[in-house]
Amino acid sequence: MNPNSLVSIDDLSKEQILQLLETARFFEEHPDHKILDGKVVATLFFEPSTRTRLSFETAVNRLGGRVIGFSDASTTSSSKGETLKDTIKMVSNYVDMIIMRHYLEGAARYATEVTETPVINAGDGANQHPSQTMLDLYSILKTQGTLDNLTITMVGDLKYGRTVHSLLMAMKYFKPTFRFVACDELRMPREYVDFCEKLGIPYEEHTDFSKEVIDSSDIIYMTRVQRERFSDIMEYERVKDLYTLRNSMLDTSRPNLRILHPLPRVNEIAYDVDENPKAYYFDQARNGLFARQALICRALGIDVRKLKE
Amino acid sequence: MRKTDKEMAVAALESGTVIDHIPSEALFKCVKILRLADMPHKLTIGNNLDSGRLGKKGIIKVADTFFPESVLNRIALIAPTAVVNIIRDYQVAEKHPVTLPKQLRGIVRCGNPKCITNNEPMATIFESDANDSSLIRCHYCNHTIQPDKAEIL
Repeated sequence: MNPNSLVSIDDLSKEQILQLLETARFFEEHPDHKILDGKVVATLFFEPSTRTRLSFETAVNRLGGRVIGFSDASTTSSSKGETLKDTIKMVSNYVDMIIMRHYLEGAARYATEVTETPVINAGDGANQHPSQTMLDLYSILKTQGTLDNLTITMVGDLKYGRTVHSLLMAMKYFKPTFRFVACDELRMPREYVDFCEKLGIPYEEHTDFSKEVIDSSDIIYMTRVQRERFSDIMEYERVKDLYTLRNSMLDTSRPNLRILHPLPRVNEIAYDVDENPKAYYFDQARNGLFARQALICRALGIDVRKLKE
Repeated sequence: MRKTDKEMAVAALESGTVIDHIPSEALFKCVKILRLADMPHKLTIGNNLDSGRLGKKGIIKVADTFFPESVLNRIALIAPTAVVNIIRDYQVAEKHPVTLPKQLRGIVRCGNPKCITNNEPMATIFESDANDSSLIRCHYCNHTIQPDKAEIL
């Protein structure tokens, strides 16, 4: 296993997270630093994910590296029955780093264990997606000027939404206050509520996406409520529009409020919100590039502080 | 049964291992975890015996066999009350409880069908959950399992 591999945001200390955010800021200011000249990076996408793959590949390209890989496992030997271990060991012979997305949970951890080449997890099933969390943290830091003492409201599918779970865990270092807004079927799982209890993180659970909640938030993190998550379709029909954010709901919100969403958005944020300066989701996606440049450098053991000198 | 008879039953082994105070419902899982089905030695398995502590208990006696401690400790997963007696020359030479190892390798199947361990030829690894010590957590996919509900491989 390579110690620079990254499977989960939990693998990072507070100092490492802050260092990565500082590196992301550096790359935002200097996006085309050719520090990967001569390096080859594999993007192994066993499950299609256009946004994440393009963002990682752009990050490598902007850093001057080259990319090999695939975006669909059906074109690879895994469709012939090759094990993940064999694919990883084979690709390790060719490249300096592997960025992997897989539909099976735990695939990323396993991949790190069978190779000495650094591996970055670009999502393993419903399990972990640390680069998303890094870009969320970077977006919060950029828009609020700090990560500390913020009130963060998470809305929508809090049961299956891995982005909110990872963000919740990563925020533990920064004294947040949480609001969880969801219907009963999709409320925040017990283990994350217990996590807040255990660490003394204040939180409130709401089923109503009310004005009071919106007006006292610094960050509203919206997620998509998916029909297939419901055992009862009637229940879906009942709640699907309850957690839709409309521009008029933001009239008396805090000036520093920003709306985040991991995208793709369907109908949980009305299109009239897009013109509101508090809508931040497209900039958030752009921040993914800088956060991923920082993660790539860390995986390759490149100390960006030296570049600045 | 009088106490002396009980002691006799245990001591009747000349040499080997007696595992006592196994909760009845966990007995056959212990048999599986210790791979006793493949064992060539004399083997006695008792279940639903009266127990002051547990109500009903199970007991396993294996002649001429001394398991590594790391193997015996695996049964702590489902039988934390179990007590191991090492018998030498008809006497209890050692007696100790079982303690759950930090890591359980290749013992428990992950209950998550989308876990990598259910889709690759590899060993499962479970660890005690950091937030809730009554649960074990898959090292790979983070799925948690109640030990008494675990499927033994």
